[in-house]
Amino acid sequence: MIKMILQYLIFPGLAFCFFMGAMGFWLERKLTARFQYRVGPPWYQNFIDVMKLFLKETMIPRDATKTIFIASPIISLSAVILVSIILANNYFLNISFIGDVIVILYLLLIPSLFIILGALSSKNPLALVGAARETKLMLAYEFVFIASLIIAIIKSGNSIMMADIIGIQILNKPNIASFSGAIAFVLAIFYAQAKLGIVPFDMAEAEQEIMAGTVIEYSGPLLGFYKISKLMLYFSLPLFIISLFVKISVESAFLRYLIFFAEYILIIFIMSVIKNINPRLRIKDALGFFWFLLFPLGILGIILAQFGL
Amino acid sequence: MKLKEKILTKSLWVYHLSAGSCNNCDIEILDCLTPRFDIERFGMQLVGSIRHADVLLITGAMNKKSAKILKSLYEQAPKPLFVAAVGTCPCSQHMFKGSYPMLSALDEIIPVDVYIPGCPPKPEAIIAGIAKLINKLTAKDKKG
Repeated sequence: MIKMILQYLIFPGLAFCFFMGAMGFWLERKLTARFQYRVGPPWYQNFIDVMKLFLKETMIPRDATKTIFIASPIISLSAVILVSIILANNYFLNISFIGDVIVILYLLLIPSLFIILGALSSKNPLALVGAARETKLMLAYEFVFIASLIIAIIKSGNSIMMADIIGIQILNKPNIASFSGAIAFVLAIFYAQAKLGIVPFDMAEAEQEIMAGTVIEYSGPLLGFYKISKLMLYFSLPLFIISLFVKISVESAFLRYLIFFAEYILIIFIMSVIKNINPRLRIKDALGFFWFLLFPLGILGIILAQFGL
Repeated sequence: MKLKEKILTKSLWVYHLSAGSCNNCDIEILDCLTPRFDIERFGMQLVGSIRHADVLLITGAMNKKSAKILKSLYEQAPKPLFVAAVGTCPCSQHMFKGSYPMLSALDEIIPVDVYIPGCPPKPEAIIAGIAKLINKLTAKDKKG
């Protein structure tokens, strides 16, 4: 019993995911700073930011729908915590259940959904613009993500269980070592980029146009909840990509963790490079990019996967 | 209590309000973000919304219109909030003192924590001013 609680709360559960996510976000900030020849923040910056937000006062706008305004960051955070725990227990301890891919898919939708709801409930015009953009962006990337997920499912012999998807990669070779797997990996990277709102797809929180967009009215602890859920998504989305496509199996446990951390850093690095060489897309262009470029690519990947390529 | 001040000063999110400035101070504030000065290494970053802000950075002489906006912004910000007056205009109204659209000095409208004079102040001076603010906060803490 105590072991189980520790698994959920410390390693590989809540505390571990939060720590890794904060470090991943710091790495992204630091890399961005280095790309621009700046020094960048110290490693503990994200922890300090979160702690500071919990010391601040919470303001609730007069016109806001109070219940939804307060509930949405909390629900969003709890969904993220749940999905992080499921993914981490899956990857590190092989605890899995039938259909958990679908559960993860649903749980990953909840944070974006409640960010939109929270923004709508705040009644701020800029938040409404942000919410509209986030909705369109969700329509854009979910398609692509499902296509990439279907490729992984086909690869594992039509199993909707994470343990099978990981197991088949340990038996044969990582999914990324085939044409369809490589396509799915690229799709998933772009999905993660859009989900996390990193630069080419950050139109929902565009600082320069609509201030902070969806989170504009949030302050103090409520903003802190959003911040924590974003930090944890910074870990759980790369973790999901790693377990779907690049699970490399070796005998020694030390080497296994080393490979995992290397892969995590590499994925953050790829996303950071995409961030730093691209300007923000307009929402129209983002939709076009996902629907007319990446989605046909996904269909191609599914066809290739059916032929076992 | 000391820990609280330490955390607050390590992560200052800055909201920048131009209350009728000539834009010179605004350019100097943006210079603080450039690779040469890079205030992100102290954990400071510019934020777009007043609800996220810890520091309200004000440039420009106050006129009648911007005074209203400033008051409402100050009320909307989550406390603890620190106010920094950047440039000679918000510090002392500079050469606009007594002209017809001007209401009063900034510190007669809202409490100001740090004054950074200069027309415009150098980025070094702005960073030094913020350092003074941090010192002031921690020193106040030592007394109490």
